[in-house]
Amino acid sequence: MSLNKIVAECTEWFTDPDFTRLRALRDGSPPMRMIGLFPVYTPEEVVMATGLLPVHLYGGGTMVEIDHADSRLQSFVCSISRTTFELGLTNRLDAFEGMLFPSICDVSRNMSGLWRRNFPGRVAEFIHFPENLTSAHSVPYLKHELKRLEEVLSKVSGKKPTDADYHRVFDLLNRHRRAMDEIYAARAAAPWNVPLVEAYPILRAGGMMPREQHLPMMEEALATWRARQNKAQDRIRVIVEGSFCEQPSVELLQTIEEAGCYVLNDDLLLGQRWFTEPLPLEGDPLEALARHIMEHCVPSAVHHPGPLGRGAALVQKARAVHADGVLFCMAKFCEPALYDYALLKRAVEAENIPHLAFEFEEKMGTFESARTQLETFVESILLFS
Amino acid sequence: MGDYIYKHQGTGRDLQKDMLGDWFDRLSAAPAKGEPVAYLFISGNIAELLTQFGFHLVYPEVTALQCGIKKTAGQYILKAEELGYSSDVCGYVKNDIGLLHSGNASPMGTLPPPSLLVCNYSGCRTYVKWFEALAEFYKAPLVMLDVPYKREDMLDPGDVQYVVGQLHELVELCERMTGKKFDMDRFRSDLTETALAEDYWVKILNSSRLVPSPFDAYFEAVFFMAPLYVLRGHPDCLKYYKAAWGEIEERIEHGIGPVAEERFRVVVEGPPPWPHFRSFWEMFKKWGVVAVASTYSKVGGLYDQGVRHDPARPFESMAEYCIDCYTNWNLGLRRDLMRRYCEDFHADGMVIHSVKSCRSFSVGQADTREVFSKEYHIPTLFLESDLADPRYFSAAQLRNRIDAFFEGLEHRKLVGAPHAGVTP
Repeated sequence: MSLNKIVAECTEWFTDPDFTRLRALRDGSPPMRMIGLFPVYTPEEVVMATGLLPVHLYGGGTMVEIDHADSRLQSFVCSISRTTFELGLTNRLDAFEGMLFPSICDVSRNMSGLWRRNFPGRVAEFIHFPENLTSAHSVPYLKHELKRLEEVLSKVSGKKPTDADYHRVFDLLNRHRRAMDEIYAARAAAPWNVPLVEAYPILRAGGMMPREQHLPMMEEALATWRARQNKAQDRIRVIVEGSFCEQPSVELLQTIEEAGCYVLNDDLLLGQRWFTEPLPLEGDPLEALARHIMEHCVPSAVHHPGPLGRGAALVQKARAVHADGVLFCMAKFCEPALYDYALLKRAVEAENIPHLAFEFEEKMGTFESARTQLETFVESILLFS
Repeated sequence: MGDYIYKHQGTGRDLQKDMLGDWFDRLSAAPAKGEPVAYLFISGNIAELLTQFGFHLVYPEVTALQCGIKKTAGQYILKAEELGYSSDVCGYVKNDIGLLHSGNASPMGTLPPPSLLVCNYSGCRTYVKWFEALAEFYKAPLVMLDVPYKREDMLDPGDVQYVVGQLHELVELCERMTGKKFDMDRFRSDLTETALAEDYWVKILNSSRLVPSPFDAYFEAVFFMAPLYVLRGHPDCLKYYKAAWGEIEERIEHGIGPVAEERFRVVVEGPPPWPHFRSFWEMFKKWGVVAVASTYSKVGGLYDQGVRHDPARPFESMAEYCIDCYTNWNLGLRRDLMRRYCEDFHADGMVIHSVKSCRSFSVGQADTREVFSKEYHIPTLFLESDLADPRYFSAAQLRNRIDAFFEGLEHRKLVGAPHAGVTP
């Protein structure tokens, strides 16, 4: 399949408000049952091991108008929550057995309660991830939490997973995540060959379709990108930070690139690339997963970073790809991103790394203001840095 | 009220003012004496565990609300926004960060820097971000006391054991930091006093079941609850509640209430708008409204639902208390509690005060309004402003909505509609 065809097919997966492709899987033979995952990371390993398809949902984007959810969620609540709820209230998620909400923020937490009341009979679980990094009790507790989730999902699927089931899933997800990492590495090495507007749709669809079906698509795309010999343009090298939950539209990502930026690294779709190490393929799988979540997850605004804070990790991330600057691209009303910004800004300023901050909403339709800011930022670096 | 003929009226408010003043005096003097200071949050706080190591306790939320009520919050919020904090994040956090960057001279006294930050985040993820910032600004050690959300209707024993394990680890840390050995006898003794104070507090809260009510369980409760929130582990706490109960007993005996004539009884959900507290209360008072129950008075513990510190089970009961704070309850539990309040306290309606700062409270409230109005047939008033940021308080708009609501309730009474919670 050509790269253009892969991008086009992947784009269809996440731009269809009726989730036609997922419905086809549900109505297929054998039927595939699925669970929606609210960002950022939700233990998709447990979902898959219990025989269900985990589907990363990033709201309704520009696909839906918020007609019903507005009466249930105030205007100061982030757009992704309101459009996700709108998708539910308009029966577009009725192909799903339910939703899982991770402990990323108070909105996600309360969304689990909204879901339970408005969609009785469906799964609506809140997953608590420990934030006490030094306690000897955190890993056993998280294992207990994962076991609880396994029991809930097993009731839905009728499948009680064995250790071997878990290890097969870990292996598949390790390979899937490694392929994503390779795409990021290819982009960091030669961003002129791997534009974000091509890579992003492919990565995003990977959180929706069966992973074994998606993996060859990534590998094929990667081969094409690696074979490309595009010429580097006079652009600045940036990393994008703050878009780990609600996603900017592809048009906004395109605006960033068109304004003169090569995006070397970012935190888009972060939950799909949650681990810094592959999952171990032996031993007690739930204990291993719990330990991995506590010890090998990527730094993010939704997980306590420990005594060093997140600033050092962000500076390291920028330095690793020789970035000229950091773009703080934050969803409007996203509390974790907005709180972190105040501290991360200090960290990059202390290292004399130029930065630009702007907010977006998934339903944003015009990009001129962002384009002007970005072009000014690019020029200030190209001309004066 | 004719205070001169009564012995106890005004005690609840005045004594807590004095005691909180003394508390701040002790805080301000701590650095000069070389005494350690711990910062922590109100919800699910572990005061008795820390005070026995000699820690003075600072509650940044309390500082923030005091700045709000003393009308200094606005300047600190703007200061924090200059530092990069968004206009869309919690006003309490910004108040605290702005105050810190303005010399920490709060209207109550100068705040000492922390020797230890204990992030007991029960019911609020913003606490984590708040204390991560304080750890960076103060360069102080930060301990996360990870309190799981009450996801189901019953306490999960695994959740309780997890918190108990962390409490024991915190004891070890405090021993290392202070060089003092943990004293179980003192811990039990302090918890005994706490439990007695909690008993008195529940008696005060339940006095609002009387018609007319002797006590406003929202506008007065926010002051009456303060010692239980910030003075646990100190002898003043129990002393206060004995005295405050004396005032309520006297009110009951003499038919004294928070308004001259009780005309409407409401249950209130959500925190108050501190920078405009008095004017907000007046909007209700003029209609003869008494809040007979509120959820905000339960953020520091759901004592009226049976939660108690227990000297016989010191760590377990403290862990259960941490989990059983109002905003750490799932939305279904919260909704059921509000409905029970409406029924048990003979309320005429619900008032939901939705604040932008606190998503922990506010996300779900609009849905709750739908349920109460359309399924439970309980008249429900939905108001929006903020708990800390004075810019979000629109007096004219709020007054219009409040007036319209009580005009409607008055009509409902005239035509003989039943009390809220009684499905017609």
